[in-house]
Amino acid sequence: MALAAEPAPDFGGSRATGDRSPAARLLMIGAALLLAVTCLANLAMGPAGTSLSGALADIIQGRELSLRDRVVLWDIRLPRMILACLVGAGLAVSGAILQGLFRNPLADPGIVGVSAGASLGAVTAIVLGATLPFGAWLGRWLVPAMAFLGAWMATLLLYRIATRAGRTSVATMLLAGIALTALAMAMTGFLVYLADDAQLRDVTFWNMGSLAGATWDKIAIAAPLILLPMVVAPFLAHGLNGLALGEAAAGHIGIPVQRLKRSAILMVAMSTGAAVAVSGGIGFVGIVVPHLVRLASGPDHRYLLPNAAILGAALLLSADLVSRTIIAPAELPIGILTAVIGGPFFLFILLRQRGIVDL
Amino acid sequence: MKSLSALSWMHLLLCTVLTLAMALSIMTAGQAGAGSPQRIVSLGGSVTEIVYALDQQDRLVARDTTSNYPAAAQDLPDVGYIRRLSPEGLLSVEPDLILAEDGAGPPETLDLLRASRIPLISVPMGFDRDAVKAKITAVAEALGVPARGAELAQRVTEEIDLATRQELSGQRVLFILTLQDGRVLASGTNTAADGIMSLAGAVNAVEGFEGYKLLTDEAILTAAPDVILMMQSEGARAVSDETLFSQPAIAATPAGQNRAVLRMDGMFLLGFSVRTGQAVTELAARLHGSGS
Repeated sequence: MALAAEPAPDFGGSRATGDRSPAARLLMIGAALLLAVTCLANLAMGPAGTSLSGALADIIQGRELSLRDRVVLWDIRLPRMILACLVGAGLAVSGAILQGLFRNPLADPGIVGVSAGASLGAVTAIVLGATLPFGAWLGRWLVPAMAFLGAWMATLLLYRIATRAGRTSVATMLLAGIALTALAMAMTGFLVYLADDAQLRDVTFWNMGSLAGATWDKIAIAAPLILLPMVVAPFLAHGLNGLALGEAAAGHIGIPVQRLKRSAILMVAMSTGAAVAVSGGIGFVGIVVPHLVRLASGPDHRYLLPNAAILGAALLLSADLVSRTIIAPAELPIGILTAVIGGPFFLFILLRQRGIVDL
Repeated sequence: MKSLSALSWMHLLLCTVLTLAMALSIMTAGQAGAGSPQRIVSLGGSVTEIVYALDQQDRLVARDTTSNYPAAAQDLPDVGYIRRLSPEGLLSVEPDLILAEDGAGPPETLDLLRASRIPLISVPMGFDRDAVKAKITAVAEALGVPARGAELAQRVTEEIDLATRQELSGQRVLFILTLQDGRVLASGTNTAADGIMSLAGAVNAVEGFEGYKLLTDEAILTAAPDVILMMQSEGARAVSDETLFSQPAIAATPAGQNRAVLRMDGMFLLGFSVRTGQAVTELAARLHGSGS
């Protein structure tokens, strides 16, 4: 990745001419505007044809909103918009943190076992359902709860495996992550074999991701888990910048490397675990968005992290808008869209600026 | 003493007023319910078929992905897969009643429908004669045409009874849902395929598991089916006789040696709806034809 490839002295030496923080600030303003527009668009547009301006006029003039308009705006579009923001921002920031931590452009939440763990948890809940202890008691919360639990357990296990004598080896974590993912997928495969028709369908749809189940309860539970890492992320930025020089060098310039690793991994597990639990498998946001930001305004994590959050939210909102409207009254799973939009766009940028991402 | 009786009088009066009010509200609610729904979403192929058979299709405004019969139903807007309904998508067709096969979801969407006061009626599923009757009755009642429903239910159950009164063939039948890369996805017990086979007097060659599962070659040999039953499909999913019988395990079974395979339309065969009597008749007749 760019961070690792650029020789450190050059990085420091070209600081005067290569300072890209104005570009980063500009990007932040642009991304924030985009976010505001997509937020409004998601509130205003949808298959039900309820008009936002009409509803606002009604509210201002003190008229009672019709039950249908209230449900559409307040119980469907607004929670869904907020959830898209949370999930998009959470996934993008997690991706950016992990790429910095692993100094690897391919890192995304999948690399610390989150995706495979969450998938195993969700599929367990879908297939075994009420036969699980607490299954009946948790009811509809069973799938998100198990997905979150699965994500956490996978990450913690991986962290334990890769940590020896108080030092976490990212290389071990990377490799053990692949092994653990394979194991989790094998277990998922076994459950899929046990599943009946309807459960198979549920599993497939879960893997494709959706924000359709957005409710205020889900936001209340997911928001703290996703927002806390957002608040902590800026404090990791300096350390992640230092880590680009290599672990030893970062240690020498006074960065508490082990603490940085631990908090970064825990933050990522918390935020992606929650995001995946409420939305299923939404790919590509965690990898495309940070790279886009890096290409536009450089690898400085102080700007990269917030910009990735804003752009991630905006991207997921746009994808969700398409998902809700393109085949209305039905709905296209959003995971398909993020991949369809993200894949080619990312490839296009890679081909245009090949040099930047060369290892 | 006097004050007490005054109090109890008040009490009585209050109770009467409340009871009257409640009765009135129940009555008006009942009337509102009787003003039968005119914008109906039908979810599930078997339910849609029943709505058409009851001649109530003018009241339909949308359907789900599996509702493909009669062909006219496909002109209605498609609200997607029954277990993944989009709340805003459903609201956008402005329904005043949703008729759904059991298992519609997700629960979040159902909650929002409840919040919008759109009634959802769940139609019970099942794979035998009584289940068909129960389905028709439930749909007809929801549509406010119970008399027509009773008529249709009687006709359909008579058809089924007539079909099942035929001589039982007792053939062992293997129902193959899909055949991909030589892997056979076959029906065990407690499926629509199992139900229709037993109505047609055949024996499901596979027992020992519920639902649809992949069969190993040895399990296929052990099952030793006399006939293989499949769904008719076109294009890439279609399986030719050559492909089917080139599977060594299938070729070695009695069905393989006689090249006995039946293909029937999936919805017709497995829908457990209005056409089930005809499906049983056709299946039984074709089993007899392919017998030995």
